[in-house]
Order: sequence, then structure tokens, then C-alpha cells
Amino acid sequence: MTFKQLLAATCVAALGAGAQADGVKVGMITTLSGGGAGLGIDVRDGFMLAVKGNDDIELVIEDDQRKPDIAVQLADKMIQSEKVDVMTGIIWSNLAMAVVPAATAQGKFYLSPNAGPSALAGKGCHQNYFNVSWQNDAFSEAAGTALSGEAGKVFLMAPNYPAGQDIMAGFKRTFQGEIAAEVYTKLGQTDYAAEIAQMRASDADQIYFFLPGGMGISFMKQYAGSGVDKPVSGPAFSFDQGILGAIGDAAVGAKNTAHWSKDLDVPGNAEFVAAFEAEYGRLPSIYAAQGFDTGLLLASAAAKADVADADAFRAALKAADFQSVRGKFSFGSNNHPVQDIYMREVIKEGDLVTNRIVGTAATDHSDPYAADCNL
Amino acid sequence: MTTLLLIEQVLNGLQSGIMLFLMAAGLTLIFGVMGLINLAHGSLYMIGAFAAAAVAGATGSFVLALCASLITAAAAGAIIEVGVIRRLYDRDHLDQVLATFALILILSEGTRWAFGSFPLYLDVPAALAGPVTLPGGIRYPAYRLLIIGVGLIIAAGLFLLIARTRIGIQIRAGESDREMIAALGVDISKLYTLIFALGAALAGLAGALVGAIQSVQVGMGEPVLILAFVVIVIGGIGSIKGALVGALLVGLTDTLGGVLLPLALSGVMDASAATSVGSALASMSIYILMAVVLIFRPTGLYGTA
Repeated sequence: MTFKQLLAATCVAALGAGAQADGVKVGMITTLSGGGAGLGIDVRDGFMLAVKGNDDIELVIEDDQRKPDIAVQLADKMIQSEKVDVMTGIIWSNLAMAVVPAATAQGKFYLSPNAGPSALAGKGCHQNYFNVSWQNDAFSEAAGTALSGEAGKVFLMAPNYPAGQDIMAGFKRTFQGEIAAEVYTKLGQTDYAAEIAQMRASDADQIYFFLPGGMGISFMKQYAGSGVDKPVSGPAFSFDQGILGAIGDAAVGAKNTAHWSKDLDVPGNAEFVAAFEAEYGRLPSIYAAQGFDTGLLLASAAAKADVADADAFRAALKAADFQSVRGKFSFGSNNHPVQDIYMREVIKEGDLVTNRIVGTAATDHSDPYAADCNL
Repeated sequence: MTTLLLIEQVLNGLQSGIMLFLMAAGLTLIFGVMGLINLAHGSLYMIGAFAAAAVAGATGSFVLALCASLITAAAAGAIIEVGVIRRLYDRDHLDQVLATFALILILSEGTRWAFGSFPLYLDVPAALAGPVTLPGGIRYPAYRLLIIGVGLIIAAGLFLLIARTRIGIQIRAGESDREMIAALGVDISKLYTLIFALGAALAGLAGALVGAIQSVQVGMGEPVLILAFVVIVIGGIGSIKGALVGALLVGLTDTLGGVLLPLALSGVMDASAATSVGSALASMSIYILMAVVLIFRPTGLYGTA
């Protein structure tokens, strides 16, 4: 399958080069191997679905293996020898910090389909950097607001690294209520028995946690087996389609916040879900939706302006003139999204474990760092 | 902190130690008898977990899944020994590290090619899904008790195998003088394949047992591999007894350190600083333990120079 997609990418690339000399050349650096490859593959597939058959866009795809040094090398190669106009694809905040400032400083456009480190939203913002996903704190700020209404103490848990601390800081920024305990675990930890025992012993009424990827799978399975029955919630990264299948029934009932869900009733979303499933034989995740929106945004700008005219192309990007599968989507003053964030619940549809929307957690949410950005 | 919580945490430490023992036992045997540094041991752990997830998905039987993990990992171990490792015994450790590191990459990408990039589903059997109430009112997951039980049975079995059987005698002899036992007419290459397959089977079983409560994904073996190396260094290379004691020490230090250090520090600093300093110190605790052991016993607790 991967080979076929590569072939398709090459064909798209070849077509682009042949048909139209003044198309947009896009360099995608994303994680396609090693741990966390599922996220990069979803972003890539979503993006390719959005630009399928579009002759204006020529795509070069490279695998960063989730390593900052490799991402930097690939970025240099794309800028200097491939001479791309636009870059995109990076999943992880630490890789984005290594690549994005250098790329934008060399006059390239960067569209972030996933990472949203606070440094690039505040003082480090750039006119050529557009975040199409979220600022890192967004989902947990919305969750903090949504959970404030419910009485009770909250037990917080996240891995001890910058994104974990950012996300907990986002939660504490908006949460009105008492924090029973705050626990930071090792990054990559796989056994949560000790933390679960602390949860059982604490007087918390519910658990709010951020554990992306395999860490979240381990925690949810162990939590379900422990007999602790406090409700759990977290940002969507711990409950996304790519990992729900591995958690199984243990996740059912968990609440999570996200800007998108496959049952979101906005124009184009049902078509996107159906097209993605038909093309790749699996359900899209939030990462696939972000990749798809990034592709749509790029196509909308490429249709309006020539990338050689940077000011016009920038204005076309900023206008965000496309129908996002999230519904409302616009850019704030720091080129980060202003969007609604929903509360989702994990449910079982037949044999399939998936999410459905149960309410809106935040309307027109924007990030708190925009004030520090002087664009 | 209540006594009940402390007992529960000690059980957690025991359980993680027992799982580490299954990994470390194979690693220490292979290193002790063959003098081989096998970085690919973590990949055998992953192969066991994937085999179990695939068989559990197809048949729904957890017992069959465990059998599949043992057989698949042992077979993979035997094939790897005959195909690759056998050529490395006479080389120095750097060549072994390079070759077995290459095996990690090949096995990881091969697994991804066969099973895809997304984590697989493997759950504990329904009969063991919930918690049980232990004397004293501790509620503890039944499945973790099973892991402790299985681990102890295997530890006992390994001791019997090494101390009481003919193969055990050959293994011990191979550890102390491999030229001599070859000269005595023992088929050393068959013995090596057998030991490698045994170590692989134990790693595969650990992967399957742990995979049911953790995430079955490509690359799951590497973090455990690092801990297993710490265990065999602490316990003394080549010693099964050392692997058991080292694994329990590492498991207990890791678990209790993460719980007790932030608590102890909260007496001398404010809560959020205690949490972050405590969790940082807890991640270092097993390496500090290893350093302290090496200062006083440079060959490890049960190692011979």
C-alpha cells in the first residue's frame, strides 16, 4: 500500500511538473517510520486525498523518523536542492522547533498540520508560518472550561516533558475548581500501576490525563482492569481513532476534547470520511482531518495566487478560503486557528470503538499567546 | 500514605520486577554463556506480543495466544541464531552490537510491513479482567497477580533446569569454559541455539503477558531492553539468581521511587516543585542504584570476575 501511495505521489509530482511550470512545490517532512508513524501516515494520507488530481501542486514526501536532526537535514535538502515553495508535515513540537524558524527565515511558507508549540504562537510567530491544527494548549483549555461546570476535584497526569507540561498548564489556566493531585510520569512509561493506586487512594472525583500514543493505550487498559471507577477525560490525542482499536472497550465512556470528529455535521465532512475510508480502508483520525484541511488550504491559496508573489500568496492563505471539515475555520492575528472545540465521548458502534460529539467545549477558541505576537 | 497503598505499590513493584526478570534471564544467559551482547532481545519481546495479538485476534483464546508467543519467539530466536548470531561469536563486542542493532531495525520495519503502523489490540482474558480483593482489603488487578505467579513459576523452573538437569550442567560449564566443554564432546553449536531459543521464548512470553495490559506496537521492546541491561549489570552477568534479585530491585526502586520521592520532597519544598523534582529523581533512581551497586560490587551482586 505504501509503495502505491509513493507511486501516486510521484505521479502527482510528475504531472505537476509537466503540466504547469508555475505550480506550488510542496515539501512534506513527516514521521513515516518508528514509533508514532501512525500520526504521520494519517497526515500524509489526508493531505494527499485533499490535493488528489490537483495539477497545481507538486509534492515531495520525506520521512523524519521522529528525529530532529534528520528533520533538519531533510529541510535543508528540500529548501536548497528541491527548491520547494511551501513546507508542511511535521508532527512533533520538538521537530517543528528545529525546522520551522529556519524555513520561514529563508522565505518559505510553513503550514503546520499538527504541532503547535507555544513559542511559535507568541514571540516567535512569523508571517509565513500558518498553523492549521491547534496551539498545543487548545484542547486542554477547552476541557478546563468544560469541566469547570461539574463539581469535583480533578487528578491531573501527564508525561514529564514540555508538551505534557504545556497541556496541563492549559487545563489549569481555564479550570475553575480544585486540583486533587498533579502527577508527572516518565516519557514513554508503559506501566501505570503506581499512578493508578494513587488515583484510587486520592479523593479526586475525576481524572484528566494527557498520554499520547502507546502510553495512553497502556494506561487505559490498566485503568479498566484496576476497578477504579472515577470518570476519565483528556485531550483527543489519547482517544484518537488510530489507538482506540488497540484500547478496545476499556475506553468506552471516556470524554475527550477535539476540533473534529467523524460525526461532525458540517458540509463536506461526511464526504471526507467516506472518501478516506474508500481510499485507504480505515477510518480517518483527527490527524487525517488536519492533513486534509492543510491540503485544502494550500489548494485554495494556489488557485488564487501565484506562490512567486509572496504577499499575494500569504494573503490568500490568511483568508483561509476553504470548507474545513471542522466547519468554522479562520486564522487569528498570529496565524493560529480560531475554531470551535467539541467534547467527544468514546462509544461503541457495533464492533467499532469510535467517538461521537456530545457537546461544544469552547466556541471560537483562540490561543492566549496571540497577544505576544506582533504580526 | 496509608499502609494499604504502600502494600499495593510493593505488589506493583514486584510485578514489574518479575516481568523484567523474564527479559533479563534470557539476556544474561546469552551473555554469560556465549559472551554475546544481543540488542535484538527487545525485538523478540515485540515478536512475542505481536504473535499473541494476532492469534488472540484470530481465535479469541488467550492461552493459545501465550503458546503462540512462546513458539514464535523461540522459532525466531533459533532462526536468528543460526542465520546471523552464529557468525558473531568470534567477533568483538562492537561487531555484535552493530549486527544486533541492524536486527532491531530489520525486525521493527518487518513487523510494520506485516502488521501496519497502528498498535494492535490484545486484552486480558475476561475471567481475569477485574480486580480481586486480597486479605486486608487491598483491591488488586487479578491479571497482575497472574503475572507475578507465572513469573515465579518460571523462575523456579529455570533454577531447576540450571541446577538439576544435564542441559543445566552444560550451560554452567559453557559459562566457565567453552573450549573445554566442546573438547568434552558436547555439541556446542546445538547448545547455543537451544539457549538462544530459550531466552527468546522467555522474552516473547514476557511480551505477550505485558502486551495485554500495555500497547502492542512496533518498538515496544527497546525501553524494556534498556532496563533489562541495567538488571543484568546489577545482578552480575551470567547469573540467573542475580537476574532475579536485580529485576526485583529495579522493579521496586522504579515503582516506589516514583511514588515516595515526590511525597518525601513535599516536606521540604512546595507541592508542584516536589512533584517535578521528585519525578525527575525517580527516573534517575535505577541508574543511581546501578552506580551504587557497581561501586561496591564491580561485577554485580552475584557476578564472578
